[in-house]
Parts: sequence; structure tokens; C-alpha cells
Amino acid sequence: MKTINITIDGIDTEIPKGMTVLEAARGLDIQIPTLCYLKGVNHSSSCRVCVVEVGPRLIASCTLIAEEGMQIRTNTKKVRDARRTSVELLLSDHERECLSCSRGGSCELQSVSNDLNIRQVSYVGEKSSQEKDYTSPAIIRDAAKCILCGRCVGACGTLQTVNAIGFAKRGFDTVISTAFGRPLAESTCINCGQCIMACPVGALGEHENITDVWNAISDPAKTVVVQTAPAVRVALGEEFGLPIGSRVTGKMVAALRKLGFDKVFDTNFGADLTIMEEGTELLNRLGSGQNLPLMTSCCPGWVKFVEHNFPDMLDNLSTCKSPHEMEGAMVKSYFAKQEGIAPEDIVVVSIMPCTAKKFESGRDELSGGGLADVDWVLTTRELAAMIKEAGIDFANLKDEAFDNPFGEASGAGVIFGATGGVAEAALRTVFELTSGKELETVEYTAVRGMEGIKENVIELPGGQEIRTAVVHGLGNARRLMEAIERGEKSYDFMEVMACAGGCITGGGQPIHDARTLETVNIKAERAKAIYSEDEAQVIRKSHNNPQIQKLYAEFLGTPGGHKSHELLHTHYLERSRF
Amino acid sequence: MKLLTDLDAIRTLSKGLLDNRRITGQTPESIQFRSVMVCGGTGCTSSDSNAIVDALNKEIANLSIQNKAEVVRTGCFGLCELGPVVIVYPEGIFYSRVEVKDIPEIVEQHLLYGTPFEKRIYEQTRKDGEILNFEETDFYKKQVRIALRNCGTIDPEVIDEYIASDGYTALGKVIMTMTPEQVVDTVKRSGLRGRGGGGFNTGLKWEFAARQEKQQKYVICNADEGDPGAFMDRSILEGNPHAVIEAMAIAGYAIGANQGFVYVRAEYPIAVQRLMKALDQARKYELLGDNVMGTGFKFDIDVRLGAGAFVCGEETALIHSIEGFRGMPTPKPPFPAVQGLWNEPTIINNVETLANIPQIVLNGAEWYASIGTEKSKGTKVFALGGKVVNTGLVEVPMGITLREVIFEIGGGIPNGKKFKAVQTGGPSGGCLTEEHLDCTIDFDTLTSLGSMMGSGGMIIMDEDTCMVDVARFYLDFTRDESCGKCTPCRIGTKRLLELLDKITEGKGTLEDLDKMESLSLQIKNSSLCALGQTAPNPVLSTIKYFRDEYVAHITEQQCPAGVCKSLISYEIDAQLCKGCSLCARKCPSDAISGKPKEPYVIEKASCIKCGVCFDVCKFKAVMIV
Repeated sequence: MKTINITIDGIDTEIPKGMTVLEAARGLDIQIPTLCYLKGVNHSSSCRVCVVEVGPRLIASCTLIAEEGMQIRTNTKKVRDARRTSVELLLSDHERECLSCSRGGSCELQSVSNDLNIRQVSYVGEKSSQEKDYTSPAIIRDAAKCILCGRCVGACGTLQTVNAIGFAKRGFDTVISTAFGRPLAESTCINCGQCIMACPVGALGEHENITDVWNAISDPAKTVVVQTAPAVRVALGEEFGLPIGSRVTGKMVAALRKLGFDKVFDTNFGADLTIMEEGTELLNRLGSGQNLPLMTSCCPGWVKFVEHNFPDMLDNLSTCKSPHEMEGAMVKSYFAKQEGIAPEDIVVVSIMPCTAKKFESGRDELSGGGLADVDWVLTTRELAAMIKEAGIDFANLKDEAFDNPFGEASGAGVIFGATGGVAEAALRTVFELTSGKELETVEYTAVRGMEGIKENVIELPGGQEIRTAVVHGLGNARRLMEAIERGEKSYDFMEVMACAGGCITGGGQPIHDARTLETVNIKAERAKAIYSEDEAQVIRKSHNNPQIQKLYAEFLGTPGGHKSHELLHTHYLERSRF
Repeated sequence: MKLLTDLDAIRTLSKGLLDNRRITGQTPESIQFRSVMVCGGTGCTSSDSNAIVDALNKEIANLSIQNKAEVVRTGCFGLCELGPVVIVYPEGIFYSRVEVKDIPEIVEQHLLYGTPFEKRIYEQTRKDGEILNFEETDFYKKQVRIALRNCGTIDPEVIDEYIASDGYTALGKVIMTMTPEQVVDTVKRSGLRGRGGGGFNTGLKWEFAARQEKQQKYVICNADEGDPGAFMDRSILEGNPHAVIEAMAIAGYAIGANQGFVYVRAEYPIAVQRLMKALDQARKYELLGDNVMGTGFKFDIDVRLGAGAFVCGEETALIHSIEGFRGMPTPKPPFPAVQGLWNEPTIINNVETLANIPQIVLNGAEWYASIGTEKSKGTKVFALGGKVVNTGLVEVPMGITLREVIFEIGGGIPNGKKFKAVQTGGPSGGCLTEEHLDCTIDFDTLTSLGSMMGSGGMIIMDEDTCMVDVARFYLDFTRDESCGKCTPCRIGTKRLLELLDKITEGKGTLEDLDKMESLSLQIKNSSLCALGQTAPNPVLSTIKYFRDEYVAHITEQQCPAGVCKSLISYEIDAQLCKGCSLCARKCPSDAISGKPKEPYVIEKASCIKCGVCFDVCKFKAVMIV
């Protein structure tokens, strides 16, 4: 590796060639504030908060590649004044309702402003766009708080290649906008919420349903059933100060009971059910050779992405509903019958790491007989907010277990939360169902890991090969889909999760600032927790889940059977490309 | 295939044609053939010069004197205010504001009988009862036309005429007799600096790009001229498009690029149309394409239309616009010469810069470097505008003084008013005062005075101009044209404008003035691109040179020039008012009342201070107080 020598604040340092001044300074523990910079997502150097002095010039350090002999000063009057002015200007055009802002306390603008010791804003004047867009069931946008850093645009475009939002208009009138300024609900937004995760302020957030859920809980006529996705349990603790990657399954269940939910179910059960159905579907398609590759349908962001961008491949999507929708359907049929409760008196709440699930639960196709399978979806963040509001001391809760019949789940169900998990869970079951033999090692490590596209050929005992692709992040998915369209690639089975790393980094998970995102491998930490939860399970394969076996025996019949099709499968729509 | 020999043949054939288009000093009787040059620039086309061309052709045909005269639609002559302009060679008679109805007389009197048509002769060509040829007028005689060469003497839509005027000879010379290094060296030694605003050494820019070891490189011509009032690039493209094409091919050869782009404003339809036509012709002659002049050198040019965003004149924003993205600047480094269009080495040169290149190649670096000052070589085209007698385009050698340009070439301030300031460099520049009139015009002097060369806008202001209002005007422009990307430019210019508004409304404080200065410095220091880095210049230079005016607005709530609406009111002087009622009839808000033949009165509460009464009163009875 080539190195160069530079001097920062009088300290001589040798750094790798190609490194930015910001990175070099951080290597020397020199803190340079940033706002618009989000590594790998947005390198626009537009906020001008990270400027440093190089010769007579002030240059944004986030994109400045250090050069041999460069003399950099990060703490001069000129630098401090420039940083303060930029932040004061941002504040002069910012809706400063910090006390009631969803990001109050976790706002990067607030902390930069604090760090720069800004106690009054010297500039006053007209404020730019105040438009609020609450049309989307998943994501809300508040232009009054937007500082136009462009991180959301980078997340939506550079990362996800969704490109639902971009800059529009000019100068002071500049706004982040959808194409033609349409409401977000009518755009190509796939609701993944990665824009929210990228936003340093409160300009983006989930469409909150906390009040709806409180109302349901306090309605004595309703049986309120909650289910939690696998990825929630490995992130929720972060909202209460626990380290990133803490597994808090038992505390979460205890907290949900304390909140007043009548039944606390595990979406992992739904995941096991999905494997039964999707595994059968895969074997059928492999048999008929039709609609291959089978593309997973657990991720509603991915599903909508296909609907907008690759409508010719809608038939390749698995017809399986996603796990929580399957579970919702079972709650309102099997469970309702078992308990003798009218389905319309049951409210199903899903706690999800995801904002797209909010959109999904509102899809007409997912409402059997006019009754939604899932009534409300809350994000991990919303659940944390409810727990805080209820005054529950989360960190000190004693572990509790899920309720049955949907509380027992296999390790295969839990790994749905990480990229590769659905594929691995499916392979465990498909292998045993086709061979009749038991797997010696259940771990298909080849499909694990954070590589963007993982290709594998899995040989079944009968000699049949399954060509699999595991993809996470829609940017990777688009590249792969285009390669398939060009005929360069072909597969039998494709697992796609819209968010990088899978559901563990979903748009509904706890938000971390740019610095944490840069320094901690959040994906890896949460994935580790997911896999340790899998290992801790006695049952590791979906088809071995006794509750699943019971459900089929008592109610559904066979996987892919008539009843399953009625309750557990769905269809998709073609949507506009812009 | 057009080889050098083919070009020579064309040149020989067409040379005679061009020989007719110069002033010879022949006696009227001895003149056998006249060339009638009609300006086809945007200004004259707007005043319907096309109809003049048609009428001339028709009349010449009527009189069957096609053997005695030709009609040529040319590029811009520079004196746009006088359009439509017609020049007749070889006498060099300059007709201004010609109308279609004048044509039969012009044709009959002048073309048939050799007597100039008195009625439309440009006043400044009359001297002591004689009619001067236009080159002897103050407006033209100090000009040195290199970039504007051929503008006004050839038909820009006929490639043969450009070739006859030594066109494409430089390209031939470069490809066949010079190495790319020699070309770069020639341009470097000429001292040519970028005419688009930055003033960076052109040859050095080429050298950076030439040094990059990449297969794919690009040459971009920046024709996204955006400064209010500046139109030299448009005029060059309209009047001499082949010079730009030739220069781009030379640049391509020098840096190792085979593809060029012209990024031109869609609001320049005539320039675009002539450029497209010229590109077609050049391709047909194989002066562009896969095998230029049979040498195997490959170069072609595409045109990209800009949608009129000022910021797209900034190199990186322009590049992103060509790439299909929103025109927003990105930080430099990396400079385009290293990583430009589609991340490949790219040079971006302004139209006027490029227009100099063929002449530099033909006449040598030393020739070019002999013109101008030590650090600013050659000539510069300025668009003279505002309160000056001769408005239009002028090309002058670097080092000329502001006084010479404004008072000699420009003819001074009209209506006997006093000169107050000159604004150079457009929205990025600044205002200079009477004390600077004898300063030389060159890159470094203008910058040292707090203004800049910019792309060559030069707006002259008289005593009726409020300098706070001028600063406001320019800042309003940059605030509007900011791309909105970086904080200091997007919000800073807005806040600065709000402070200026406060002052023009008489609500400002002296602290606001300090705040404006400090905010201006911050915007300059920390903006991402040159738009923001220069946006406060009009504010800073007016505060520097006209602080008293700001203070008057603040402490006395007065606008000394009587411009700022909030600080003035209109009154009618009863002594002077004849009671003609014109003002009352023109007033859009019915604020003026009175009886005919008695003094009228303005009702202040209803007055919207539009100034119509002031403008229409023939007796100067309306006063600004």
C-alpha cells in the first residue's frame, strides 16, 4: 500500500494514499463535525460543516483526498467561524420544534450545533418549504425540518437504486421531491425506509400508528394479538442503551405483555409456515420448470420494487404471503376458531423492523374476506416509544416466553431476519423433505455473510441442483435482475431482501448517527445475535416445529393445498415505472 | 475527402468573394460590385433583419443588378442597439435601424447609383459633412477583433467562406505538422487565459488533460453563457461557428480526445441552428469524423442543450448536466482535466477562449502574446450595456483602460448624466468607480479591485443608479440561480438578500451592514463552487466603494439616487405642471387627480411608486422626493 505524509494541526502523520482528510483526522482523534457525509451513501460535501483550512482555502474534508505534504488545520478561527455560520444558516431555515421532534435527542444537527457552541442564531428570515407529506402509510416527510443534506437521496438512489426522490427546484426553493412533486404514496417509493435511517434530522420518519394500537389495547371488546419479527429482538435493546447486537427476546415478550397485549406471538412461527409453503412451491416449480427462478416474497420493499421495475417477472415472485401476513391470517382463522373469538374482534399488531410492512398490511390482496390479515404494523422504534411511554424499565425486565399456538418456532424461522436466512431455512427443509434423511449439519454457511450477491449451487440428495442467488440491498438486486433480463444469469431460487444485511437493518430499526454507522458494523453485530438465537433453539428446521405440524394436521391439510392457497398465498400488481 | 489541397482549392475559389468584403477606399464611381452585409445575430434578427435580407434580394432581382451586388447574412457587428444593421462594402457604409420600406431606396440609390441612403446612415459615421467608413468610428477604431473575427464578414452558414478566410488551416497545420505537445506548448506560450470567468491558463489546462494516460478523453465547449447582459459567446457561435469547431478539433488532437461536446443554452436558437449546420458541413468535408483530412485523426462533436440554469456554466455542474444528472457542482479536486465527463479526463473551454485558438496556431504564440499585458494576453470581448451611448459587443486588447472603453468606444454616458460606476464580471463581479477609470482592464487588476473579468459583461451606471439596488439586483440573480446544494450559497445568499431588502426599505441598521459584510465573507470562504464563492462580490464591492449610500439608506432612510421605492415618493411641482392630465391618464392606480390646465396632485396613499408619471411628464413637473 502506498502511503503519503501530511500534517494535520501540526501533527505529522503517514496515511494510505487515497484517504480523505476527514478519515486521516479521525485517525488522529481529531473530531471534525459532519452533517451531509454518510460513508458510502452521500459524499456531496454540501453542508460545508466539515471544512478545514488548506493553505488559504477552506475545503470540505469529507471529500478531500489528502495529497503528499498537505498542511491541514482543523481548528482555526476561520474554520470555526465558517462551520458556525453554516450551521447557523441551517438553523435559520429549520423548524426548531426540537422538544416535540421525533429526533429530539438523536438529531445530528442538534448535536453539531451543540458541539459548535451555538447559543443563538444570528440570521433570521423566511423559511423555505414547509410541506409535509403524510400520504404514505409507511414514511412521512417534513420539508420544514429538511436540511437538504442529500443523505436520503443517496440512500434511495445510490444504495437502493429506487430513485423515488431527488432534488428539485433551485436555490433557496430547493426541495427533496418525488418525480413531478407527486405525493410519496403515488411515487415509486418502495417504503424500505432507508431514507429515514440516513436522515440526520427529523425530516423523515415512519408513519406512526402508536395511537391506533393504544386505542385497540384499551378497547375491551377487542382481543389484541401481537407478533414480533425476528430482527426486532436483536435491535430493540439499543433503544434502551444496551449494546448493539444485544438479544432481548425474553424482555421484549415481557414488555409486550405489560403493554397490555392479550397474546404475544412470534412471527418466527409465520416464517416456519412460509418455509413449508415456499419450499413446496420451489419443489413444484423445479418439477415443472416454470417461473424459475422462484423469487422470495417475504420482503414487501422488494415486492413493490419488482412491481414497479420488473413487471415482466411478477410470476417469478413466490405467491406466499410474507410470514407476518401468514401468521395474521392464521390468527384470524385457526386461532379465532380455536378460541371462539369472532375474527373481526381480533386486532393483529405486527412489530417489525420495517416500514414497508406498514404498506404491505394495507394491501387489498392481503385482506381475506375484507378483513386485513394484519391490522397495525409498528416499527421497532415505535415499540420502544410505547415501552418508554408506559414507564416500563425495560433493561431490568425478567425474560418471558411467547404464547402458543404461535409462540413456538424453529431456528430456521429466526434467521429470516438476516440476509441468506430465508434461503438457508428453505434449504434445510427442502433437503430433508426430498431426501427423507436428516441433515448432519443444518448450517448452510455458504448463503450467509454480507457479500452483496451470493451465488451457490446446492445439490439435493436426488442429484438435482438448485442454483441459488442470495441478494440484499436493492442496488444489488437491480444489477442481478438486469443481468437475468439480459440472459447473463439464470437461477432456480433467489432470495432478495431490500435492505443491506436483511431485515436486521430495516427502515424501522433503531437509528444511529453517521459516526456510529461508520465505526460499528451494525449489520454484523445484529446478524451475529440472530444466528446465536438460531443455535439456541432445540428445533432448527421449520418442518420439525410441532406447532406447524399440528396446524397442518388440524387445519390446513397439506402445504400448497387448497386451504393454504386461500389463506397463505397472494398475487401482485404491475405498477408504473415513474 | 477534404485534404489540405482541397481546402486550398476552395480558398482560391472563394477568396475573391471575401475580397469584396473589405473597405478599399475606391471612389464610388470605380466600384463595380458591392457586398451588402446584413446582421443576422439575435438582436438584429429580433428586429427582423431576415425581412431586410429578403427585401434586398427581391429588390436587387427587380432591378436585375445581381451582378453588381450580393447580400450576405452575417454574424453580429456589435452595435446591437442600432439594429437591424446593414453594412455596405467596399465603402464601409453603416446603416442603422433599417426598415423594410427603406430597401428599394437603398438598393436603387446606393447599389445602383452609388449614393448612400442618407436617412439610415449611422450618426457617428458623419464627420465634418462627410460619411466615414464604420471602422473609423470611435466604436470600432480601437477594437482588435480576434475572437470576433469573421463576425460580420462571412456568411456563417457557408463553410467555404470560413475556409476562404483561412478556416481549418490551423487544424491542418496542427494535425500534419505538429505534435500534440507542440500544440499544447503553443497555447501555453500564447498566455491565453480562460474567457469564461476563471481566467485559468488554457494551455496549462490542456497540458493536465494531455498528461492523463487514458484512452477516452473529452473536449467540451462551454457555451452556457449566463451572465445577465453578456452575449459574446452567442455572437461567436452565430457569426463564426466553424472557428469553435476547428478549435475543439485542435484541442482534441492536443490532449488525445476524439469526442467533443458543445453545451449550449437552448435559449440560443440561432446559435444552435448555425452550429448544427456547421457541424454537418464540417462532417461532410471530413473536417470532423473518423478520418479528419485523411490523416486518420478521429474527432467528432455532439451538441447538448442546456435548460438555462446559470450554475451549469460551472464546469462540474455542466459535466453532470451532460451526463444526464441535475446540474449541481461537485468539489474540485478532482479537476475535470483529471476526472471529468463520465470520469474521464476532460477539458472545458469557453466559446470565446476557443475562438482564439485557430488564430494563435496560425499566427504563433508570440504574436498573440504580443497583444495585451504581461499576465493577460490577447483581447477580450465585452458586452457594453447600461447607461452608455454605444451598447453592444466590443473586442479590445487587454490592458486598455476602463475610460477608453466607456468613454471612447462606448461614447460616454447619455443624456448628459454623470458616470457613477461600472460593473464588470456579471453577478460574480463588482462595481468600480470613477477613481478606477484609468485602471487597465486585465484579469489581475480587476480582481485586485474587488471585481473580476468574468465572462465580459460591462454595465455602466450613471448618477441615477442606486448602488444598494444594484447589489440587490445581482444578489437576487445569484440567489435565484444557486443550485441549492451547499448551505452558504443556498441559505446565505437568501439571508444576505433579506438584509439588503431591509436596507432598501429603510429598516436596516448599521449592525446589519456589519452582518452583511461578515456573512458575505463566510459565503465566499465556504461555498462549494465559484457561484457561491463570488456571489457576494457585488455586495462587498458596493459596500467598499459606496458605503455612504448604504449609510444614507440606514441612518437617514434616504435613497440618494431616488430609486428605492420604499424611500421615495413622487410629487408634482405646481409651478411646472401645465395640467395636461397625461400623468393622471397613465397612472395605473388612479393616484393622480386634478382639473385640466391646473396643477395635478398625487395622492400618496394610493401611489404605488411605479414612476410612470415621472417618465411621461413632458414638463419635468413630477419630482422624486
